[in-house]
Amino acid sequence: MTMHTQPVIVNIGPHHPSTHGVFRMRLTMDGENILDVEPVIGYLHRGSEKLAEERHYTQVITLTDRMDYVASMTNNQAYVLSCEQLTGITPPDRGLYLRVIAAELQRVVSHLVATGFFLQDLGAFATPLMYAMRERERVLDLFEMLCGARITVSYMRIGGVFQDAPGEFWPALRRILDDFPSFIDELEDLISDNEIVRSRTQGVAVISGADAVNASITGPVLRASGVSWDLRKAAPYDVYDRVSFEVPLGEHGDNYDRYMIRIREIRESLKIVEQCVAQIEPGPVRATTAMLFRPPAGESYVPIEAPKGELGFYLVSDGSIAPYRMHVRAPSLINLTLLKQMLVGWKLADAIVSFGSIDVNMGEVDR
Amino acid sequence: MTTVVSGSDLAILVGNRLLHSVTLSDVGAAWVTPEALVDVCRFLHDDPDQAFELLSSVTAVDYVEFFDVVYHLTSISRNASAVLKVRLYGREALSLASVTSVWSGAELQEREIFDLLGVSFDGHPNLKRLLTWEGFQGHPLRRDYLEPPLPYTWPHGG
Repeated sequence: MTMHTQPVIVNIGPHHPSTHGVFRMRLTMDGENILDVEPVIGYLHRGSEKLAEERHYTQVITLTDRMDYVASMTNNQAYVLSCEQLTGITPPDRGLYLRVIAAELQRVVSHLVATGFFLQDLGAFATPLMYAMRERERVLDLFEMLCGARITVSYMRIGGVFQDAPGEFWPALRRILDDFPSFIDELEDLISDNEIVRSRTQGVAVISGADAVNASITGPVLRASGVSWDLRKAAPYDVYDRVSFEVPLGEHGDNYDRYMIRIREIRESLKIVEQCVAQIEPGPVRATTAMLFRPPAGESYVPIEAPKGELGFYLVSDGSIAPYRMHVRAPSLINLTLLKQMLVGWKLADAIVSFGSIDVNMGEVDR
Repeated sequence: MTTVVSGSDLAILVGNRLLHSVTLSDVGAAWVTPEALVDVCRFLHDDPDQAFELLSSVTAVDYVEFFDVVYHLTSISRNASAVLKVRLYGREALSLASVTSVWSGAELQEREIFDLLGVSFDGHPNLKRLLTWEGFQGHPLRRDYLEPPLPYTWPHGG
């Protein structure tokens, strides 16, 4: 006698703690096995690109905060770099260093959040997430010193940054730089060699390097598949050409490698911040620009290496005070292209973990 | 540092290989005809001297008289970038061949363009609205889009 099953459609989300926001997966299941996946998105669509057409260039910076809200600094950075390319403004050195310090701290935060939630999805309830969040708070305190805000920072400006770091920023940063390596060691001690973590993640949802490139996947997910492509090395912006760091690469492109790449990138980011702190010199932090930013007609696209992948703002200017068109190349959205290929054939519990390993942020997916 | 292939260089490269495919070029980008798009993309992707393996971004811009569909290409092996554009005239029933057969990364981005700007892509595996919901009327990122009036009113006006 054979047992017959029939495919069942299971909706996960849009309101589900494991979907990292309002993401919906429509899974066709045969028992525990996934036959088909259809991502349904748009629940957080706020029309940022349309809103930008109605705002001054400077006002758009606040919109960029709200895209990837776990990594607002890098969103600011990508946007102001595109604006600067339109006019050819060069910010002063101190401004550039402060940008890189802020962006790398933001990368640390974003990767910590990604790791924490990834383990939460694995079933390591609350403990690793709370550890990660606890350290994240300390970095957010630094952001508060820089600009008064913790999440929606709007710290960067066209031509530099909003203001110089206050005196108490540097000793606080020093303490974080001293404490963080041991915290990362602690986190790794708990997780990296854990047998359950390894058996649940190694060899699961493998993406080959060629597939990843063809599907426009970028960032840690691409590097976990063994493709060496980091825009901080390939097209250095700000002061990345003056610091030395390594680009960690994975071998298998599975969930474990994606987790491991992030941990190793945190260490590299801390190295970059150390070097910036050593190199930064007193001076102005912001170039003198006109009160109302009015670039000449033209277009610009400056991709940067955001924590989630290649982030770029395609700006079209018609010479007025507002962008004629702004398009966001959102890494979170595009990294979802291969979701179906990753999940089909695995179990439901693996789907949640694999989705967590891509590290998407719904604010950026839907914009 | 990334080598930026200028639009005029790209136009010469593509024009030599595929005759009459390039219509226009400037310092930033080269425009190709809608009919030649997939062949041009296939050439830029497959040719070992070009090797644009990564389609960074696809988007479209509404210039009222015409639409430009913009492709940002990246070559990882050569560390180079280039911009390819296609110009579509008119406002109704716009369609263009999908490049998903060359780069699967175009899949979600083309859906987004279809949703927000109303350019449909022939040969796309799953062309439907991405960010707005099924049954949504119009394409919000078009310059002439007007938000429909609310089907209800608040008490005391407004």
